Amino acid sequence: MKLHNISLNNLKRRKGKMIFLVMGLVIGIATVVTLLSITESMSKDIEARLNQFGANIVMTPRSESLSLSYGGISVGGVNYKVAEFDEQRMPEIRKIKNSKNLGVIAPKVLGPVKIKGKDVLLMGVDFEQEMALKTWWQFDGSIPKQTDEVLLGSEVAESLSLSPGDNLPFSGRRFFVAAVLRPTGASEDNAIIADLHESQKVLGKEGKISMVEIAAFCQGCPINELTLQIAERFPEAKVTALKQAVMSKMQSIEMFKSFSLGLSVVVIFIGSLMVFVTMMGSVNERTREIGIFRAIGFRRGHVMYIILFEAMIVGMIGGLMGFFGGNGIAWATLPFVLKGGAFAGINTSLGIISILLSITLSLAASLYPAHKASSLDPSDALRVL
Amino acid sequence: MFDHLHLIEIKQMGKDYISGDSTVNAIKNMDFFIDDGEFVSIMGQSGSGKSTLLSIIGGLNHPTRGNIFVDTLDLYSLSREQRADFRSEYIGIIFQSFQLIPYLTVLENVKLPMAITGIKNEKKKEMAMSVLEKVGLQEKVDRLPDQLSGGEQERVAIARAIVNNPPILLADEPTGNLDSQTAKDVMDLLKKLNAEGQTIIMVTHNREMEKYSSRTIMIKDGSCLLS
Repeated sequence: MKLHNISLNNLKRRKGKMIFLVMGLVIGIATVVTLLSITESMSKDIEARLNQFGANIVMTPRSESLSLSYGGISVGGVNYKVAEFDEQRMPEIRKIKNSKNLGVIAPKVLGPVKIKGKDVLLMGVDFEQEMALKTWWQFDGSIPKQTDEVLLGSEVAESLSLSPGDNLPFSGRRFFVAAVLRPTGASEDNAIIADLHESQKVLGKEGKISMVEIAAFCQGCPINELTLQIAERFPEAKVTALKQAVMSKMQSIEMFKSFSLGLSVVVIFIGSLMVFVTMMGSVNERTREIGIFRAIGFRRGHVMYIILFEAMIVGMIGGLMGFFGGNGIAWATLPFVLKGGAFAGINTSLGIISILLSITLSLAASLYPAHKASSLDPSDALRVL
Repeated sequence: MFDHLHLIEIKQMGKDYISGDSTVNAIKNMDFFIDDGEFVSIMGQSGSGKSTLLSIIGGLNHPTRGNIFVDTLDLYSLSREQRADFRSEYIGIIFQSFQLIPYLTVLENVKLPMAITGIKNEKKKEMAMSVLEKVGLQEKVDRLPDQLSGGEQERVAIARAIVNNPPILLADEPTGNLDSQTAKDVMDLLKKLNAEGQTIIMVTHNREMEKYSSRTIMIKDGSCLLS
């Protein structure tokens, strides 16, 4: 028989009261866990969608000229100096502090080539990275696998009357059309897309990169932070965040997070109040019992220990049940809340935090009742002597 | 007057209660002693102050004036927490209405005073079983208090009071809630404990119980008359 046996037996044999105490915490913790799990799943869903959406950071050489184009119509510009990146420095992008937020990195080399008397844009890409980034691309033919295979933009193919399987000689080399892109409405429609290193040779830009498109996952990181970190590593680069899409989606998640936080605080406060009121009631009900403890020699600390140990156990059970309950609710409700959304899975850290939070709340709510109980005068508490 | 040779010495002790605007002298100045191994009955009518006296001897109720020495220790010079330690070490209390903890079994109730001691679990069980055997309840150790009769509950209360081997056993109307046969059994048990050397101080208003004690202290209107 130890002091904690008294607490455990009280909880075990007064199940109704314990269930009521635990429920207060379960409701609070489950609400927090549900909201956080839904928020996390929403973030992950948006992250996945953004990844599909393509690049959200573009790294181009810093130029002293101003762009003279609007709505796809270029009226020309004067380039005083066109710089390019050294390909060997590309791995440095992955060395930034927030590198874990970086997804696909797709470098490109750009330059004009003359084909049948026409200037055509040649875009050299790393096909593996490019295909991972441009998941919406649709084409007739197959993805180029050999270095002499190219992918043609729809307008180039039409203009040059080429289709998959045709030969395409230019710059003294022979290439084959592996596929033709279906119209995308973007710059690719006007380009010949070829292997990066082959294009560098054709353009006389060996080891050079004209621009880099980067897909960043910005859950929990401001995209500006990422662009700054890349810009610090590449002072010669202009790093631009295509913020709008990210920002608007992240903003709605942030708003939902703030709402969740506010709601969680209110629910947790109500849960704690339930524990406080029940514990106070329990102490008042147990006045005589506490008087017996004191009469047989228990110190104030012993009485406090009994009450607070009970609170700790209640907190632990409430935290565990709240955590699993919250995950269950999130799992069940996510398909309704988020169309096509999937439950992000059980987060162990959130579990530990939930249990610790529940224990802390339960202890905090029981501190005053425990103090009151331990301060009872044994003769007043017993009233029989 | 006394020279601290007695187990309990009460000197010029009094207790007043404030009731509204007036002061009630629950105990007027008392002087008496109790020796080790005595079985003392404190008798008096309801409201005479006998239960108050018992609570003061038990270190539960601070007197307004005077001193109580237990084993030469000036009881009320101690802090509240020190008096809790004193009760744990020196006093066993049998309450009038048993006062068992409802959610603890018979064995757990008896082991309760040992929950705050450093005694090992096996030893605690051994000590509890030994006293339960003494009170004849070794077969009902796993029962909860509400599964016992009044007499059995009283015997659990006695077992709990003596399990720590306290030098002093205080009993407040131990037969107050029992029928005459059960009351006799309980008193026989107390007598037996006293014969084994246990000092017992019993509060009762029942004159029939007086015969079990070696001495009676009569209380009337807060004053004591030694028998």
